[in-house]
Amino acid sequence: MNTPPLVAPGAVRPVIVGAGPAGLAAAQTLLAHGLRPVLIDEALKSGGQIYRRAPDGMQRSAKALYGFDHRRAQEAHQLGDRLADQLDYRPQTLVWNAEGQTLFLQSPDGLDSLSFSHLILATGATDRILPFPGWLLPGVFTLGGAQVALKYQGCAIGREVVLAGTGPLLYLVAWQYAKAGARVAAVLDTSRRFNQMRALPGLASNPGLLAKGLWYAAWLRAHGIALHAGVRLVKAQGESRVRSLLWEARAGDPLTLRETACDAVGFAYGLRSETQLAGLLGCTFQFDARARAWLPVRDAVGRTSRADVFVAGDGAGIEGADAAGIRGEQAALAVLADAGFAPNLRTIKRCANQRQHLARARRALDHAFPLPQEWAAQAEDSLVVCRCEEITVGKIRQAVREGGVREMNRIKALTRVGMGRCQGRMCGLAAAELVAFAAGADIREVGYLRSQPPVKPLTVGLVGSAPASNQEMETADG
Amino acid sequence: MAEQVTVDVAIVGGGIMGASAALFLRRLGYSVLLLEASLCGSKASGVNYGGVRRQGRQLVQLPLSQRAHALWQDIRRLAGIDGEYVRSGHLKLARTAADMDELEHYRQLSQDFDLDLRMLAGSDFRRRFPWLGNEVIGGSLCPDDGHANPRLVSPALAQAARAAGADIREQTRVLQAGHSDGAFHLVCAHGLRVRALRLLNCAGAWGHEIAWMFGRRVPESAMHPLMMVTEPLPLFMHVSLGMQGGGIYARQVDRGNCVIGGGRGYALDAQFARPGARDIDALLRETSRLIPVLKGAQVIRFWSGCEGEFEDGNPVLGPDDRVPGLFHAFGFCGAGFQLGPAVGEVLADLVHTGQARVPISAFDIRRFEAQPWQPEPIPTTARQRGQEQK
Repeated sequence: MNTPPLVAPGAVRPVIVGAGPAGLAAAQTLLAHGLRPVLIDEALKSGGQIYRRAPDGMQRSAKALYGFDHRRAQEAHQLGDRLADQLDYRPQTLVWNAEGQTLFLQSPDGLDSLSFSHLILATGATDRILPFPGWLLPGVFTLGGAQVALKYQGCAIGREVVLAGTGPLLYLVAWQYAKAGARVAAVLDTSRRFNQMRALPGLASNPGLLAKGLWYAAWLRAHGIALHAGVRLVKAQGESRVRSLLWEARAGDPLTLRETACDAVGFAYGLRSETQLAGLLGCTFQFDARARAWLPVRDAVGRTSRADVFVAGDGAGIEGADAAGIRGEQAALAVLADAGFAPNLRTIKRCANQRQHLARARRALDHAFPLPQEWAAQAEDSLVVCRCEEITVGKIRQAVREGGVREMNRIKALTRVGMGRCQGRMCGLAAAELVAFAAGADIREVGYLRSQPPVKPLTVGLVGSAPASNQEMETADG
Repeated sequence: MAEQVTVDVAIVGGGIMGASAALFLRRLGYSVLLLEASLCGSKASGVNYGGVRRQGRQLVQLPLSQRAHALWQDIRRLAGIDGEYVRSGHLKLARTAADMDELEHYRQLSQDFDLDLRMLAGSDFRRRFPWLGNEVIGGSLCPDDGHANPRLVSPALAQAARAAGADIREQTRVLQAGHSDGAFHLVCAHGLRVRALRLLNCAGAWGHEIAWMFGRRVPESAMHPLMMVTEPLPLFMHVSLGMQGGGIYARQVDRGNCVIGGGRGYALDAQFARPGARDIDALLRETSRLIPVLKGAQVIRFWSGCEGEFEDGNPVLGPDDRVPGLFHAFGFCGAGFQLGPAVGEVLADLVHTGQARVPISAFDIRRFEAQPWQPEPIPTTARQRGQEQK
């Protein structure tokens, strides 16, 4: 069934970054056609964040860890294990820089580099953060962080947990925590029920997605867990650790102020795409109104402005795990077509149909869980936005007001926001919201932080594989 | 949307040179329009390493550098902020006895300039800098040299110039420039037209493009220094470092981050540069060899920028001999940040009196002409002339 390639196999060296649903699907598709891609992943085991695996020896069942998706999770794990032997699989490896057609890697073995003919970036997502007072207290985590603690480290973030923010993950994490034996003191959703009702027709296009969400919510209620929608997070309180969360039951109405005792908080406002590698590779970005963020431009199969670079999965735009798998397959099929393999038109058509179907449900989800619009207006000047560099809302507003600045890279230069360890991955979107609001500008006008290597911190003193050059380094020290 | 502006002096480039010139010219009462293609202080002036050093400069630069040294002392008065400026000392390291000889030779040659260089070696050197690697055997310390934060200083100088009444236009590229009827005529982005009696070319790595608008070719090339910064670490590096014969350079800021440079990045396009893989590797290796305590530290960012340079290591600074009223100040070869305030002052001198307060003939644009041209020797009184004007 494999059509012989039109080009020499040696000339095709596909590399996939990320072993989540998109990366695994891409790898599987390439393997099925006789290509042996390199699959690079930061984690010890494949599965990505959504299907992140428990370490060896952990006792909890897949059902308890992954909920409705436990079969998918197990399938993904089995797929990852099965493929691992056939692939050039590089776990525990960070792609920290990319230049031209070369990737630069950091692993426990040291530094290395790798060239590609085709690259599929399936780099996934992290939590989208909008800080609130007290968010830096010990005991306050992101929702994704709370989930990683449970799935990977086998521990809960606290005994009495408030889960807050918005997005589908909120209800899943609440269910996972309750199942794990933590007391979930409250689930606080900043979106209003109205939004969720309005989204129903769209969600109906994917009854599974809708049913899952309703089921988690119903289960939580049935177990006596308080669910509140349309709230506003006011403050996490405590000295050395969070002890309670203050919130308004009706956002904007101080008369509805409530306090919930807890020893941990998990919060996030949906997810944001990890796009730095596409930035370093010079891919063109465009503003995505749905994500309120700049994302790599891509065509229907995920090809970016660079013919040899593809993006797939949540790293290209948040669509969820099911869509990620299809996106990964589509990108792989496009790579195969480039490499001279005759495309299987039926498969291509099936992917396109499935993806459109999922896209409709996804749009509905975004309507159901919007970002709190008033956040940038209401954030207090003393609130820290950039935790690495301890930059406050007030400092950003001051730079806009006094410096007349309304561009993100300039804000970074003047205030240090996004200059620390995370390089803006955690604070960049919230900072952009603040700048846009303070400048009275549309969020797209303020731009986005230019990517600089390393994608994540790089350790001095690791041994590189490149031959040592004896040339003197040229100096230019200002 | 056409707009016509008439001023005494138009300045092309809002880096540290152009912004300083705008500031000094305003103090003399000239009307000033500063045209910046991007944002003030966002190119080399804002993203350089931040060395504020005299040690190691060619002797012809020292009169200007000494004057800059005096101006840096009052940087708060000039820029409105201290810009994290510290006189930490600058330690130039030697790996070999030959390096030590070179440093000693420089110390003797520069004795006229009050650099107060001190040769350090042996156990005294080890005791003072126990965190340096063993292959370093000594160095030359210039106690009053130091470092500052270019990201803050350069934009602040432009802010200060604006506060002093300069008309500053950002995102306003100069598209055409000409000289006729005793005045300069500029066509800029957004339909802006400018008539100016004097024109200052402070366009950095793009200075040759402005010179070429007046038919002048200069052999300026672009280079892209490679730098990196670590996460905040406990304070240990109380001095700014350089290497005899080239190598890495390093400083630690008050917040604890170590800023380390060495080698080159590469041009992404005409406007931006990016750290390159080859020299990143070398920079990391050299860093762990020379500063072994940094092994295991996390680098959070590499970056680069666009500097203009000439083969002889000196900038172009001074009047254009063919176009009356045109003055150049560009191509500072990766060492212009410290000179910035003094260059601004010299440019204001040239506009105001026609005479620079320190000798600058070594930087004359005529040195690139086919006809051999010799700069005048530096007068021995240069040092006094540099000091008097405080």
